[in-house]
Amino acid sequence: MKIFSSWNKLNFMKKEAIWGYLFIMPWIIGFLGLRLGPMIASFFLSFTEYAIISPPKFVGLANYIKMFTSDPAFRDAIRVTLTYAIFAVPVGLSLSLMIAMLLNQKVPGVTVWRTIYYLPSVVSGVAVSMLWVWIFHSQFGLINVGLHAIGIQGPAWLGDPSWALPALIIMSFWSIGGGMVINLAGLQGIPTELYEAASIDGANAWWRFWSVTIPMLSPVLFFNLVMGVIDTFQYFTNAFVMTAGGPGRSTMFYNLYLYQNAFRYYKMGYASALAWVMFLIILVLTLLIFKSSPYWVYYEGFRKR
Amino acid sequence: MQLTKPRTLPSQRTLNFRKWFRSFRFKTIITILIIPGAILFIAPFLWMVSTSLKDPKLVFLMPPQLIPNPVLWDNYVRAMTRLPFGHYAMNTIQITVLCLIGHLLTASTTAYGFARLRFPGRDFLFILLISTIMLPSQVTLIPSFLIFRYLGWVDTFKPLIVPDWLGGVPFTVFLLRQFISTIPIEMDEAAKMEGASFFDIYWRIILPLIKPALAAVSIFVFLWNWNDFFYAVIYINSQDKWTLQLALNAIRRNFADRAFVEMEIIMAASIVVMLPCLIIFFTAQRLFIQGIVFTGIKA
Repeated sequence: MKIFSSWNKLNFMKKEAIWGYLFIMPWIIGFLGLRLGPMIASFFLSFTEYAIISPPKFVGLANYIKMFTSDPAFRDAIRVTLTYAIFAVPVGLSLSLMIAMLLNQKVPGVTVWRTIYYLPSVVSGVAVSMLWVWIFHSQFGLINVGLHAIGIQGPAWLGDPSWALPALIIMSFWSIGGGMVINLAGLQGIPTELYEAASIDGANAWWRFWSVTIPMLSPVLFFNLVMGVIDTFQYFTNAFVMTAGGPGRSTMFYNLYLYQNAFRYYKMGYASALAWVMFLIILVLTLLIFKSSPYWVYYEGFRKR
Repeated sequence: MQLTKPRTLPSQRTLNFRKWFRSFRFKTIITILIIPGAILFIAPFLWMVSTSLKDPKLVFLMPPQLIPNPVLWDNYVRAMTRLPFGHYAMNTIQITVLCLIGHLLTASTTAYGFARLRFPGRDFLFILLISTIMLPSQVTLIPSFLIFRYLGWVDTFKPLIVPDWLGGVPFTVFLLRQFISTIPIEMDEAAKMEGASFFDIYWRIILPLIKPALAAVSIFVFLWNWNDFFYAVIYINSQDKWTLQLALNAIRRNFADRAFVEMEIIMAASIVVMLPCLIIFFTAQRLFIQGIVFTGIKA
């Protein structure tokens, strides 16, 4: 009763504030317990050696020094992840834009075509990894059967250190449908008057593409580029299921290497350091893309620098 | 003297024909460019279905049979009975449904709090929330694992479910908040005049109005949890708690030494695991596409 009477005495603003905190309480608990707290903890853990069975031992910068001076696997993980990002992300973006432009025309059955191109993006996880292991089979897989039919002897793909990473990059193009849909929506948002005005000024199709389509679509492309780079650093399931990082370390993606350190070798300190370096790399790459954006991203209503 | 039309000017019919022909030629070229890509995109699915229905003796045949003969539906029965698939499906459904409920509920209350209520520190807290959108989960992964381990939650479903009950993903909160901000505030004020509490407003006005956004969010939350392998492989050990993804991975491991034996079984099992995602896509296609465009998430 006492609580109720004092609740009634509160003025409206105080009540609103209490309700406000109540509504966001789940997020506050999650933020403190699952984000801020663990972030601070992993920062401290990154300066320790910790195998769970004994308490963490402070080792200073040793984890970071080891990473950059005497860990060839770390260097491979960086190389594999960046190679994938450099090839898979921009090529995937360009392909998804090309397909979106084709599917933006009024051709018969266009909704069916759109569905077919989008369908692979609906599925993911281990089932997709399994499918592609079979497609990349060196002898009876779909790709090498197709290559054989036109007289080319295909490589062993996932079994060949120099072809395993290219195979995963090729596989990534199968699921560009999500980017395609976003680009399609972007294309449909471009006012047709812009194209008409460009035509009157004598611009041909190629010039209209560069002077209207690309600038108007650049915020969308920019967003997809940032997300694509971040996703690459989180790449896990395919590398784990299809190649386990091999052969050799040819598909040792960063996130897989982090997982192995933490949950296979129980090097919790080293894995925390890896996580922080990953965070910094993503941060720097995102900042670079953001800083470069005024030179190529066009926002309506803002003047280009 | 006979009046004839000058020959140099084409008739209206010829003009129409030319226009029609030009557009026909253009559409033909576009279609010719679309078709080969579409075949490449659909081929893996067809290859998968074809393999899953083949007689084991005919899977490794050169050149391969494109249409299996005989068609062995029995492969699906064998795939489902090889491991207790029904049990793993129930585990996965349980996790996914609990995640969905928690995610929708807590993300929407948080979004409502940030969008509509005034309290000290609100804007600062919202900036904190936005700044965690880009935070890679790996940075918090190891301490989170240690916390869940301390609580005795490793090898239970809790580490997979509880985070969804704590505001879900910051991105969905942000999204829902933006959506709520487009609802006229007069709706809230009218209800307040009638004596509605903040909870009434949330439950009776806001929630029904943000249904389209919630539907889009639920599709993605479903797909994330249904297809999650990373967290499942970290937190689940015992075989009776496996999700479908872990079970599929185990089928592969079982045959790793006899690589690629029973490919038809693996493909049949993979199709069954994929099926719910495809069914959701085909039943809610419009919502699905709207969701991607609206959120910028690529499934």
